[in-house]
Amino acid sequence: MRHGTFLAFVAPSLIAMIALIVFPVISVVVQSFHAQHEQVIEIVESCGPFGCSETTAVNQEATQALREAEPLGRFVGWDNYVNRGHLAFAEMAEAWSSSETWGEWWSKVMNLPFYGAIVFTLTFTFIVTPLTIALGFAIAVAVNSATRAIRGPLIFISLLPFIINPIVGSLVLFWMVDARGILGQAIQWLASDPDLSVKASTPMMWIMLMVYGVWHSAPFAFVVFYAGLQTVNQDTNEAAMIDGANRWQRVRYVTIPHIMPLVTFVALIQLMDNFRVFEPLISFSAEAHAQSLSTYILSDLTGETVLFNSAAATSMLTVVCVGILLSPVLVRTWRDFKRA
Amino acid sequence: MTKMTKLMGATAVAMAMGTAAYADGHACAADGRLSIIGNEFPAIQSVAALAQSCDGVESEANLTADHQSLNVPGMTGNPAEYTTAIVANSSIVALINNDVIQPLDNLVAQYGADIPDHMKISVNGEIMAIAFMANAQHLVYRADILEAAGLEVPTSYEEVLAAAETIREQGLLENPLGGAYASGWNLAQEFNNMYIGHGGEFFEPGTANVAINNEAGIATLEMMKALSEYMNPDFLTHDSNATSAEWEAGNVALMNMWGSRTGVLMDDEGAAEEVYSNTMVSGPLMVGDSGVPATTLWWDGWTVSKNISDEDAAATFQAMAHAVSPALLNDETMSQAVWLIDGFEPQTVNEGVLATVSAGAKPYPMVPYQGLLHTALGNELSDFMQGNESAEQALADVEAAYTAAATEAGFIQ
Repeated sequence: MRHGTFLAFVAPSLIAMIALIVFPVISVVVQSFHAQHEQVIEIVESCGPFGCSETTAVNQEATQALREAEPLGRFVGWDNYVNRGHLAFAEMAEAWSSSETWGEWWSKVMNLPFYGAIVFTLTFTFIVTPLTIALGFAIAVAVNSATRAIRGPLIFISLLPFIINPIVGSLVLFWMVDARGILGQAIQWLASDPDLSVKASTPMMWIMLMVYGVWHSAPFAFVVFYAGLQTVNQDTNEAAMIDGANRWQRVRYVTIPHIMPLVTFVALIQLMDNFRVFEPLISFSAEAHAQSLSTYILSDLTGETVLFNSAAATSMLTVVCVGILLSPVLVRTWRDFKRA
Repeated sequence: MTKMTKLMGATAVAMAMGTAAYADGHACAADGRLSIIGNEFPAIQSVAALAQSCDGVESEANLTADHQSLNVPGMTGNPAEYTTAIVANSSIVALINNDVIQPLDNLVAQYGADIPDHMKISVNGEIMAIAFMANAQHLVYRADILEAAGLEVPTSYEEVLAAAETIREQGLLENPLGGAYASGWNLAQEFNNMYIGHGGEFFEPGTANVAINNEAGIATLEMMKALSEYMNPDFLTHDSNATSAEWEAGNVALMNMWGSRTGVLMDDEGAAEEVYSNTMVSGPLMVGDSGVPATTLWWDGWTVSKNISDEDAAATFQAMAHAVSPALLNDETMSQAVWLIDGFEPQTVNEGVLATVSAGAKPYPMVPYQGLLHTALGNELSDFMQGNESAEQALADVEAAYTAAATEAGFIQ
């Protein structure tokens, strides 16, 4: 294809990508290096139905002048990235020099909100992704060997968790594990501890969030692997059978090598998806026990005073983390591409 | 969405007009645009519906629990999407900080002769909002359980703790206390209440420098922790809705709850007869010896957008002024809130809020950086409530988180 034709074909999507992805990212980068203007504060008297009192207020005229002089706000360089809400260099240095044991250092690091969020997000990603792949593969193999007559209904039921809206799905689970819900009661009975509550314990909350994560995305892995299983070469399979390979050996040496590229694909998508885990934390009211990078960004954007610059810095750090996380998979894909 | 709200608003007006007479010669007519953004609960729905009934006004209303994240963006453009925002004393601060609402002095002089002075919210001598209702958190209790335990109605948190111990000892209820202690906004609000009750000041006077890591702060956290021992173990996930549900399920005997929610607790829906008929309200709780109740006073009121034409501002002002005039009050609306409107007759469900006002409770501070502190409290206190860190450490974390945010927002220089 001539370069001109190629360009004409990709131009519409290129324009859309520049307008909807490149420009917003540039704007976030710019915002992350700025902070809001210094507010001119004055003491004023404020009156209402409950009487008058002295309070402080922002002097609008003075602030307006500052705003017009510098519409983007103050340029602060890397300040937003290194303050306590993000990489917290000063606090990290302090924790390093003042801690005597690793445990003490770790608890100080986990006390910083950004590191708390990143530790949960990484734990979630690295536990949920392999479990999703394993469970999805197991379901796919099981469905594939079921009788043709019940396969349709089986596929439908297996897909349900993925079809249900994440907010609804996680709310259902949240109510089931309530101290008075069916799962909550069952856990109390199993542990013979009537006061045990999933929602009150941080480790249990993390486990529940991850169980939800696997439950919700296993169907996606299942569908992809099920499609892959349809293309497994039956001649190879039969040859292996004649050679005396048992069922497990056939799965291990025939099926898995065949669908390996799909595993890479699912891993890539799941790493990205799990890294921006968001809905279950909201539905489970998990704020007290777990923050992810996404909920951390949201908390900057939902207060009465919105912190766009802080949210922009967290977003950029998230992008960098996703880049690091995906680099092995991307390198692999790039090598496969060059080989082909 | 907006259409739907508008339609529902219109239906509400039609129904209200059927039952009681709005028209008492105060017919309302103006020329221009009215677009309301506000929270969603019965009292505000009534106000919005009456405002939209004005003749000649092109009106719409977007009443949603997410109003706080919509009002500033929706009023920043020129012309603004919303011509009025219904706000409370916490959320008006964001509108003033962003300079999106206009002083109402001229409009009051021209169209608001009937508005009594106690409804006017003024900052630095300029009227910025018209308040129409008051709200506060106060004690709600179960009369039958207190009687069975042989207890008086508590008036302080120390008495609440003693009562909770007695109720638990007698096996009446396992977790007799309730409270909106959900991590985030609710937990921070309970801290504010208790800290004000201990006589604490949030900031160094006249500056944005936070000062809560002190004796009052530690006493506040210790009291909250002591109370939480008598709550459902899931208390950090219980917001006002979940706490109300616990109450209606009959699991709770004492709690500090919003006046605007007591109507739901005392009606015969959603609870057993034994629960709702024994649900009583009382005044605010005290703590320590400061003499200031451990609660805050709130008002809800409306503002007028700055970035709109004079014609629209006048129409909006007239419609909203009509909506909070005595024409609003009838049998149905009377019990929906503690109205600040002349002619309001207190109902049984309102007694708690009125007692709170007369006990000399302080209003929630209308300070530009209070919201940042509220957010920091909400994020950082749950570690302490779970027993993972000391009160001093939790307060130091709050101060550090607030300072980082306030520096970025330009309040600390």
